[in-house]
Amino acid sequence: MPSTAAAASPSGDDPLIVMEDVNKWYGAYHALRDVNLSVRRGEKIVLCGPSGSGKSTLIRCVNHLETIKTGRIIVDGVRLDDSTRSVDAVRSEVGMVFQNFNLFPHMTVLQNCTLAPMRVRGVTAAAAEATAKRYLERVRIAEHAHKYPAQLSGGQQQRVAIARALCMEPKVMLFDEPTSALDPEMVKEVLDTMVGLARDGMTMVCVTHEMGFARQVADRVIFMAEGQILEEAEPESFFRAPKHPRARSFLGEILAHH
Amino acid sequence: MGTTFGLGELGFLIQGLKWTVLLAAIAFVGGGIGGLGVALARTSTSRALRRITGGYIAVFQGTPLLMQLFVIYYGLGLIGLTLPAWVAVAIAFTLHASAFLGEIWRGSIEALPKGQFEAAKALGLHYVPRMRDVILPQALRIALPATIGFLVQLIKGTSLAAIVGFIELARAGQIVSNQTYEPLLVFSVVGAIYFALCWPLSLYGMRVESRIARAAAR
Ligand SMILES: Nc1ncnc2c1ncn2[C@@H]1O[C@H](COP(=O)(O)OP(=O)(O)O)[C@@H](O)[C@H]1O
Ligand SMILES: [Mg+2]
Repeated sequence: MPSTAAAASPSGDDPLIVMEDVNKWYGAYHALRDVNLSVRRGEKIVLCGPSGSGKSTLIRCVNHLETIKTGRIIVDGVRLDDSTRSVDAVRSEVGMVFQNFNLFPHMTVLQNCTLAPMRVRGVTAAAAEATAKRYLERVRIAEHAHKYPAQLSGGQQQRVAIARALCMEPKVMLFDEPTSALDPEMVKEVLDTMVGLARDGMTMVCVTHEMGFARQVADRVIFMAEGQILEEAEPESFFRAPKHPRARSFLGEILAHH
Repeated sequence: MGTTFGLGELGFLIQGLKWTVLLAAIAFVGGGIGGLGVALARTSTSRALRRITGGYIAVFQGTPLLMQLFVIYYGLGLIGLTLPAWVAVAIAFTLHASAFLGEIWRGSIEALPKGQFEAAKALGLHYVPRMRDVILPQALRIALPATIGFLVQLIKGTSLAAIVGFIELARAGQIVSNQTYEPLLVFSVVGAIYFALCWPLSLYGMRVESRIARAAAR
């Protein structure tokens, strides 16, 4: 892996993700404007902001689901440069959880979890299954291992999606509104799983409007609007006294809806 | 001349049926492989590949199968390739089927939710395992009714091979009819054989379609 040499800083406090002056356009639409962000190892970040502000775009750039026009993105010492080599290296260290779960419907829960380790890491079926069972236990869904996604509730599917990403043993997990598509009674089981993950020291970047979760686990809250990072703060000070007027009105709306 | 329609005549029709089935099978297998290539090219990131296969599909969907048979059968002769009639016909049907199956499967690949592609990429799956393990199993399943429908068209379409002198089922029927002067009887038998071949397939296609619709409605 090319990452090890570059990332071999023994202190371990080199950032896991660095975004420098990142700009992204969709056609003529300027979706990310001079974004600068650095995520330390073990850090938990909550990304919030109004709909269309570029939160999804930002985290999707980290694993190259979107390409950027200018700027630099470095993940675990690997500079993302559109080369297959760098994209592979980054994706194998970055797990992602989507709003709509995106489980593979034609595979069982267990097959969903073993596919990538077998095909990407080249581990044996037996080893992949052992790992998958361990993570399915951890998200408390092991008893459903042989079911198909359609047989599970939304909350269960999302926990499977988390386990599937963890099976690649990533260094960082990206969450894109993981509870937004869930019925209210299922939000908690997914958030609890994420809190557990945070407790175990996982580096996490979470796009979410769950302010309770942000208060509980975030080291930093980042507020975006119109493709820009407008404010970064510890959760307590952000929620108590947001500095930017847009953040204030955004928080007002969020609280009014809850 | 003037024989009656008996076992010998029936045997002659069965000979023709063999060719019909063989031709349809070759076209379907060849078209399956070619069509997969076309569908992958049509959905690839390479603009050149998309253009070339797009043109190929346009030509084969925009002209009659009969004309394709003529052009390929005599065209191969013109460029000095003297192939047995059945090989030339098989090539023509394979090219025809590749275009149609390619277009059917392109549609079903593109109909899958984008999230399926993204989840596979986010997990680090490369193009080959991404398509083979994640995308194609789902896409081919959606496309199964249309694929079976095309196979039925293909079986009936093999009758056009008669035009270049190929004795498949329909042509065999014509010959027997000319010998026995019993066109109504002979073509009833020929029709019944086509029906026995195609109807179960159509029925299966409809079953699969309603099963998929039920699964989607869940
Ligand atoms: N594939 C795309 N093509 C064109 N515009 C897009 C695309 N994806 C997102 N956008 C636009 O970019 C902006 C930011 O989108 P997104 O990152 O999804 O916002 P958020 O996740 O904060 O709601 C929105 O205005 C959206 O319409
Ligand atoms: Mg979003």
